[in-house]
Amino acid sequence: MIVDLPTVWFVAIAVLWTGYFVLEGFDFGVGMLLPVLGRGRAAEADRRVVINAIGPVWDGNEVWLITAVGAMFAAFPAWYAATFSGFYLPVLLVLVALIGRGVAFEYRGKRDDARWRARWDAAIVFGSAVPAFVWGLVFANVVRGVELDADGVVRSGLVDLLNPYALVGGMTTLALFVLHGAVFLALKTDGPVRRRALAAARTAAPVAGAALFAFLMWTQADHGSPATAALAACALGALLAGAALVARGREGWAFAATAVAEAATSAVVFAALFPAVLPSLLDPAFDLTVASAASAPYTLGILSWVGALFLPLVVLYQSWSYWVFRRRVTRAHVS
Amino acid sequence: MDALDLARWQFGITTVYHFLFVPLTIGLSVVVAALQTAWHRTGRAEYLRATRFFGKLFLINFAMGVVTGIVQEFQFGMNWSAYSTFVGDVFGAPLAMEALLAFFLESTFIGLWIFGWDRLPRRVHLATIWAAAIGSNLSAFFILAANAWMRHPVGFAVDPATGRAYLTDIGAVLTNPQALSTYLHVVSASFVVAGLFVVAVSAYKLLHRDKAPHPDEPGMFRRTLRAGLVTTAIAGAVVALSGDHQAKLMAEYEPMKLAAAEAIWDTEGAAGFSLFAIGDHEIGEVGVGRNIVDVEVPYVLSFLATGSPAGEVEGINDLQQRFAAQFGPGDYTPNIPVLYWSFRLMIGLGLAGVGVGVLGLWLTRRGALPRQRWMYRVAIAALPAALAANIFGWVLTEMGRQPWTVVGQLLTAASVSPGVSLAEVATSLTVFTVLYGVLAVVEVRLLLRYVAAGPGHVMPYPRQGEPEPASIPAFVY
Repeated sequence: MIVDLPTVWFVAIAVLWTGYFVLEGFDFGVGMLLPVLGRGRAAEADRRVVINAIGPVWDGNEVWLITAVGAMFAAFPAWYAATFSGFYLPVLLVLVALIGRGVAFEYRGKRDDARWRARWDAAIVFGSAVPAFVWGLVFANVVRGVELDADGVVRSGLVDLLNPYALVGGMTTLALFVLHGAVFLALKTDGPVRRRALAAARTAAPVAGAALFAFLMWTQADHGSPATAALAACALGALLAGAALVARGREGWAFAATAVAEAATSAVVFAALFPAVLPSLLDPAFDLTVASAASAPYTLGILSWVGALFLPLVVLYQSWSYWVFRRRVTRAHVS
Repeated sequence: MDALDLARWQFGITTVYHFLFVPLTIGLSVVVAALQTAWHRTGRAEYLRATRFFGKLFLINFAMGVVTGIVQEFQFGMNWSAYSTFVGDVFGAPLAMEALLAFFLESTFIGLWIFGWDRLPRRVHLATIWAAAIGSNLSAFFILAANAWMRHPVGFAVDPATGRAYLTDIGAVLTNPQALSTYLHVVSASFVVAGLFVVAVSAYKLLHRDKAPHPDEPGMFRRTLRAGLVTTAIAGAVVALSGDHQAKLMAEYEPMKLAAAEAIWDTEGAAGFSLFAIGDHEIGEVGVGRNIVDVEVPYVLSFLATGSPAGEVEGINDLQQRFAAQFGPGDYTPNIPVLYWSFRLMIGLGLAGVGVGVLGLWLTRRGALPRQRWMYRVAIAALPAALAANIFGWVLTEMGRQPWTVVGQLLTAASVSPGVSLAEVATSLTVFTVLYGVLAVVEVRLLLRYVAAGPGHVMPYPRQGEPEPASIPAFVY
């Protein structure tokens, strides 16, 4: 069977979003854990350890989002248009969060002033927690479907988007990212921050596990297929493995496990969605599908060439950047 | 007021604001890379100090450019979903390429540069700032190709079944004459801004050189002042040449924009360049406007637009009639006073900025530094002038395209999101305006603080008689 180009691009966009969740997922977790891990007498030094652990890479990680959204725009214009106009206020909230957070990383240390730093710390925590929750809320709603009319316009109000399933979705990404960030910090720092990060990971693991279990079961019940069941089992298995590895202090393997858990969860979402890209709650005939929302084959062909040539290059130099900054960050490093 | 008006205001405000930071990112990334290259070649500490000093200022600005850029990509979908659905097949491709080819490069390598001072071999570390600079300059190409397509759509067809545009020739989109010319114009204008940024900072430090913390500091700033002036003068020449080309393309592809920018009501040969005009154009009475007062330099407009002093320049009234016949009844005139004055302010302020660069080169020749303090203040004022010129250029470009988002294909009024309410757009407009306002104050204060603290703050001067430290610490957060 020859897979058609729109399906290839659906998978490509799923890969880009998954890359984003795995990479910026730990950035968000790190941001949310900032006040938890950087406390006590050496709070300021420890907060700087926390931030500098993601310092060199967070901006590059965020480009996965820009690329995922750009690819949606180019490959599935109607999907892009309906999603971002339909989720207007949640997306606005994410943008405000990302603006504050990005500036905060750069500006926080630029003045030696406790009040200045406290404000930017608040921006980092808010700016990490909000997208961590809202992306889960948005994608759960995408899987569940929205009030999409015959013209491809989303009529759901904000209240409709805050349904129980979507709230569980938001809690799931929030908890998963906290766990993923804690494990990342345990892997990338040393001293008190590393110890506290391990403790935070142990606390976060059961919460993330419970939320993930609820979300995946609910998804399986309402939108499941054998493929989503297999992926969900993989996600839960990886999370359990991650929790066990954290308990044994095997940080590298634990990080790989939480990354797999996130990737598999993201895969569940996209597999549950396929072949729709935005289902309609009003009438299945109004569903936006891979076929109906896709750009023409010529455009998808060009995008395929560009993606096939350059995405491996991006992965290569981003991996190199992680290699360059492979050493654990300590208080000595930031003083 | 309806959602359309507010969506337009939001696009205008967020785009103009974003573009305050973009030219500095485009130009300063190369300036900082060049300073670091000078240090790499000569090994002289003053170049390293200048790299780290201007590098810090660059990073303070860079962060704002990055975060305000995210909004732009989402805004098309949020407020302009009808536009996005119509153009995505064509317009989305350069945007996706921009992210994949340019933003990854820029963001990954800027991280390597900031944190890699003490981790990477010096040659490799130098390469990281060049990679980031290439990323910035490459991103400008893709976004301008997308923008040029809106003004002069090429390489596409419209599917009669779906009513959506689809790409037929990516080569035509990427080599759109409007794209190449606009790229030269925008990037060279960005280098004028960056050059004048270096000039303004250096002039400020030289103005207060009696308070310099180290005897070598004024020497360093004299060098960077010269470097900034040279950048401004060379880039200024490219701005002027590409601007001339832009005027000719405007006459060819966007005659209404040119007519409005010049307040030419009726088609004329041997048209003069208007210096000052007051128009009489009743809203609703399209096609019958005229100027009450008009001061002109004869033949200049015809020459600029067509290359011949007698060349014919189409007028607003005639174009309006032609478009009404072609596209159906409606008002096809953009906001004439805004375009007329934006065009003049762009040229006037831009020339003033470049003029400061050229004059400054003359005044600082052979090691001289002017004694008159007001001259330094003029050099500092040239920076906001050049930034404003950039903004007026964009106002001319974007408002001159009205009433279209894609010329001849899609009206702005038909581009807005049908499902987004007035309250939602009002909320986002308010949130962005307030947030951007606060961040502007924070950013400018931080820049001023770092300028005042000087290069000794980012790289302390060694004590008398002691050598410069051998190791260079990373910029950490």
